[in-house]
Amino acid sequence: MSDFQFALTRTLAKALPGFEHATSITRLSGGASQETWAIDAVMFGVNHPLILRRSPDGKERALDTSHQIGLATEAVVIETCREAGVPVPRVRCVLQSKDGVGSGYIMDRLPGETTPRKILHDTAFDEIRPLLARQCGEVLASIHQVDVSALRTILPVQDGPALLRRYRDIYDAHDYPHPVFELAFKWLEPRLAGTGLQTLVHGDFRHGNLLISPRGIEGILDWELAHIGDPLEDIGWLCTNSWRFGVAGKVVGGFGDLQDLVAGYQASGGGEIDLEQVKNWIVYGSLKWGVMCMGMYQSFRADHSVERAAIGRRAVEAESDLINLIIHGKI
Amino acid sequence: MTDQPSLLELVGAVKNFLEHHAMPELKGQTAFHARVAANALAIVERELTLGPKAMAEEKARLVALLGGDGTLDELNRRLCAHIREERVGLDTPGLAAHLEQTARDKLAINQPDYSGLNAA
Repeated sequence: MSDFQFALTRTLAKALPGFEHATSITRLSGGASQETWAIDAVMFGVNHPLILRRSPDGKERALDTSHQIGLATEAVVIETCREAGVPVPRVRCVLQSKDGVGSGYIMDRLPGETTPRKILHDTAFDEIRPLLARQCGEVLASIHQVDVSALRTILPVQDGPALLRRYRDIYDAHDYPHPVFELAFKWLEPRLAGTGLQTLVHGDFRHGNLLISPRGIEGILDWELAHIGDPLEDIGWLCTNSWRFGVAGKVVGGFGDLQDLVAGYQASGGGEIDLEQVKNWIVYGSLKWGVMCMGMYQSFRADHSVERAAIGRRAVEAESDLINLIIHGKI
Repeated sequence: MTDQPSLLELVGAVKNFLEHHAMPELKGQTAFHARVAANALAIVERELTLGPKAMAEEKARLVALLGGDGTLDELNRRLCAHIREERVGLDTPGLAAHLEQTARDKLAINQPDYSGLNAA
């Protein structure tokens, strides 16, 4: 058993009631500074599937630090959401530095898939697929109704104008000309000028972070970009064409229609949705994705990863989506 | 004048090696990255084939829009500055058509299967 596994087992024994032993501890994925581990822990004689999210040396991801909340804050947000009825995994323990396993937290491992190809095309999801847009609306309504008074001290406020400024700064720093992105910034400035709405925003509500089984949405993952801001940001991001994975006609994540999402949102108390404003946030989503692709090139220059190189060349998909949206008025 | 094979043929040979000889021997993440690498070489093939004409036409459109001359990079930077300073906008004749044609040409090289402008 490695030092890490020994320290982790000791942490589990301290944090989990009835913990007996771990039958497996397996690294799933993650970059150099953020890791995901699957743990099978026996508690009171019953196997519990768990997930550990951690950064080994206690440091958060280097990229984008100004925008990301720490893992301990993420755990607080997840628990606040769970108490408010949002489908999220239950957090079992937040790591302390004295545990010697880095920073992060341990949560339940829920069933389901996050891979878009499977969710959009596997026959196992044929029955649930037409219901997913409405479920997304319901879940988003529950997130946007979370009482933020307790979260205000730990989450940044990032509204439309602040986000636009942020991505303008990142775009400028890349110093590479994209006339379509310039046009999109100009187009958005008066349109995202601030609606005054301030709710909890997940910040990355899209395929990959939606855990879906043939029964429906099981849990919402990866809260590291959570902030307080305009709730329509989440809806626009979910509807951004790059997240439809080739099923462009299904505006919501490649699986559903906007009207179904809106119906679910309103039925769950989320309130009226201004569709014109959703479109503005979709424009923002494509612009943000385009600037993120430019950022992939910067990362590529550091690590020469062929995957990042290829994503760098995807900036043009954002350009073409922005042209469809701004010039042709097509969502 | 260089020797044969041409750049296009060389890139094609490496892509063929990756797809038909290396990939069947690989597993997991390495197999995935080999697929990404082969796709990157497909971009190189398409840019070698389509790039010169597309970029010459892009440059001609930029000169017509902005006047003056310069490299493609300089002209694009000037167009960006003009948009930012609101000297050029969607009401400028030819701008929308230029941006759309440029995106179309870049898509044909980088992502010919993307759903983007197919419906436009």
